[in-house]
Amino acid sequence: MKMPTPDASVLARRVEIANALRAIVPGEGVIVEQDEMRVYETDALTAYRQLPMIVVLPKTTEQVSQVLKYCNEIGIKVVPRGAGTSLSGGALPLADGIILGLGKFNKILDIDYGNRTVTVQPGVTNLGITNAVAHEGFYYAPDPSSQIACTIGGNIAENSGGVHCLKYGLTTNNVLGIEMVLMNGDIVRLGGKHLDSDGYDLLGIMTGSEGLLGVVTEVTVRILKKPETLRAVLIGFPSSETGGDCVAAIIAAGIIPGGMEMMDKPAIHAAEEFVHAGYPLDVEAILIVELDGPEAEVNHLIGEVEAIARKCGAVSIRVSSSEDERMVFWAGRKAAFPAVGRISPDYLCMDGTIPRKELPLVLNRMAEMSERHGLRVANVFHAGDGNLHPLILYDANKPGELQAAEDFGADILKLCVEVGGVLTGEHGVGVEKRDLMIYQFTETDMNQQQRVKCAFDPDGLLNPGKVFPQLHRCAELGRMHIHRGQLPFPDLPRF
Amino acid sequence: MTTHLKPADAAQALEAVRWAISEEAPLELVGHGTKRALGRPFQATHTLDVSDLSGLKFYEPAELVLSAQAATPMAELEALLAENRQQFAFEPPDFGPLLGGEAGKQTIGGVVSCNLAGPRRVKAGAARDHFLGCKAVSGRGEAFKAGGRVVKNVTGYDLPKLLAGSYGTLALLTEVTLKVLPAPENTRTVLIRGLDDATAIRVMALALQSPYEVAAAAHVPAALADGVGVEELGSGTAATAIRLEGFGPSIEYRAGKFRDLFRGFGSVEFLEREPSLAFWTAVRDVKPFVSSPEKLVWRLSVPPADGARVAADIASRLPAEAYFDWGGGLIWLAVDPTVERAGQEVIREAVGLGGGHATLIRAPDTVRASADVFHPQAATLAALSARVKESQDPKRIFNPGRMYAGV
Repeated sequence: MKMPTPDASVLARRVEIANALRAIVPGEGVIVEQDEMRVYETDALTAYRQLPMIVVLPKTTEQVSQVLKYCNEIGIKVVPRGAGTSLSGGALPLADGIILGLGKFNKILDIDYGNRTVTVQPGVTNLGITNAVAHEGFYYAPDPSSQIACTIGGNIAENSGGVHCLKYGLTTNNVLGIEMVLMNGDIVRLGGKHLDSDGYDLLGIMTGSEGLLGVVTEVTVRILKKPETLRAVLIGFPSSETGGDCVAAIIAAGIIPGGMEMMDKPAIHAAEEFVHAGYPLDVEAILIVELDGPEAEVNHLIGEVEAIARKCGAVSIRVSSSEDERMVFWAGRKAAFPAVGRISPDYLCMDGTIPRKELPLVLNRMAEMSERHGLRVANVFHAGDGNLHPLILYDANKPGELQAAEDFGADILKLCVEVGGVLTGEHGVGVEKRDLMIYQFTETDMNQQQRVKCAFDPDGLLNPGKVFPQLHRCAELGRMHIHRGQLPFPDLPRF
Repeated sequence: MTTHLKPADAAQALEAVRWAISEEAPLELVGHGTKRALGRPFQATHTLDVSDLSGLKFYEPAELVLSAQAATPMAELEALLAENRQQFAFEPPDFGPLLGGEAGKQTIGGVVSCNLAGPRRVKAGAARDHFLGCKAVSGRGEAFKAGGRVVKNVTGYDLPKLLAGSYGTLALLTEVTLKVLPAPENTRTVLIRGLDDATAIRVMALALQSPYEVAAAAHVPAALADGVGVEELGSGTAATAIRLEGFGPSIEYRAGKFRDLFRGFGSVEFLEREPSLAFWTAVRDVKPFVSSPEKLVWRLSVPPADGARVAADIASRLPAEAYFDWGGGLIWLAVDPTVERAGQEVIREAVGLGGGHATLIRAPDTVRASADVFHPQAATLAALSARVKESQDPKRIFNPGRMYAGV
């Protein structure tokens, strides 16, 4: 993966730059020692590593503003970073850029049950928000699997999801307001404790912008009361098709489960060997359907889901009868990634989304690809919303296998786009899928997106080299080709 | 001379935009024209009437997705969804009658462009939360697509969010794709009468803090209760309403829970399906203010717990009446037409204390030209908004000045 060429003139001024940053962030907030910077050289996409030029750890919004303003003025690239849990390389440093770490922004600022909101600094973890309100029975709904470590600031950058998206939405549907700093140092507040922000929905475009538009320094999210009851059904199917049909039938019955997760045979076996969740091993696919809500509703719907599953040809159905049993059903699914890690030296986790009806086709084509690339694949699948996580098994020590795994992954994502889906459902484009963007978007589509960046960061200094395969100067993007003349459509009715 | 351009399809719409760009002639984008009185009055050389860009592209109930050309009437799509026991969960209001027009005329593109949302906003979000993708024409005269047709999608910037609620100032939508959801099997409304505004806000907060999945919470003070036009509501008493939706056994169960929870606030009554539907449609479409067309109507979005304070503050300084939706977070306010500049200073000062914004929804052109229709923004935010407009529509072809002067 080619990153922007480091600017030698910037690297030559490293000491001067570090001193200037120390004037803004005094004490231990500026790191230049290689050993100390080592922890910042990669994120959760560990295949890529790069030491940054300098790491800055500001404590206040004012410091963030001054750091960005300074970098903007002298043309230094900035990579913002939360906990570094990005699976797509979103926080991968640049050799001639600084890492702006938000780890010291770790305070909960306000808990407001009357308005059902929590306001925090961006370095607070996703789970930290829930933990702060759990004693009153509240929680923050989006629950990415890294929730114990990932920060809410990072969640906004990536528009993080989780297993409950179909019913409760992604980050973008649960954030009410932010304070952010633009590359020029401007501090901008969007939204607040009210339900919709005014003017253009800049909060909407910031969420999922992968740190390319601004640095979030404060976040207000909405919180929900915990459901009264949670119960799960574990259903085994003789084929992935019947499992997929069952998902469609549940939705057709007007039921939107809190979670609906599917695993294929290789994933079932890997998980079962690892955590002994009691998954059936003689089936091709399992589906975990979790229903949450008022007790009477959950009990009613459990019956409905059981009946639907039976009609769909399920070969095994188990309903959780206790909280422990529900957790056991989930244990296998939640351990699916490490379980696959046990049966293979390395694996790549993909993240495409497809229209659900295309699942049988995609699984069949994936089996063909598996044969062609000579690599095994296990599938876990957010069945409710069509988000696939194929895990490609490979051994990095065998020559050529990493390349084969990456090629296999690219083929899967191209297939997702081909059937009407997208390259990434929740992990982000980052550096990992950057060069695949051309399969989903035309150059015109991408230029239209990149022009938004020009409004926020006209010199392209914030997290360059991520998301978009080509860096364009804003002057170039701004150029217009206008053909003067007659209304070119003579038949266009006019009156 | 104003030209009325009426492209027959998206290709012609693209040509029309290109021509307007070459002429540097601003366009007013119009579907069925039900929202022309929304926003600031502005000067456009030509009208681009896209009402022929109508018709379903696809609807896949099992996939919970629908795609249609931008000027497809909402009524058509809602009828189609109802046949399949589905709905747009954000429950878009129909402002036709409020703005002096007909009901049932608005288009899906108009709903998305204004990011409308009804009482279910507290649970299901607004149009922007259901808007998955689109095809559009840019201010550079290029056809582009954004987003997709699946719910889980973080590929590139979320341009659909930016376009939703941009009042047609950033691009011309030609085709939109939205998430749809199952319609509830049944619905019932829990009703408490006679509460003052502040107590009502507390009652609604209690409901919204409960685990009983409230699908809307509104409060109509006594003076406006008749204007709702629902007989079962009775006359001359305030009504605080909590909507329950879902499967029969669940509604029954939750109704019982609320009866217990609200004991101590007065007698708890219920509106069954038909009157409940009528009540929420009236709240959604601002019916209490439809029959007094001379009054100026404001829409205030505030932290829900601030609702009563903001309304009382304004009413103590201006001749104004208000009712509350979104648990207090949405205030519909009618101001006497004699009030200077529609009372914007008083209203925005009251809102400003706790955060939020006020939009002037209904007022004569002259008033909307002199008052700020949209909430004035802080300098850094206003500058950013102006740069966003510049980036998407550098020649200011699309509805220029409809939201802010110069944007």
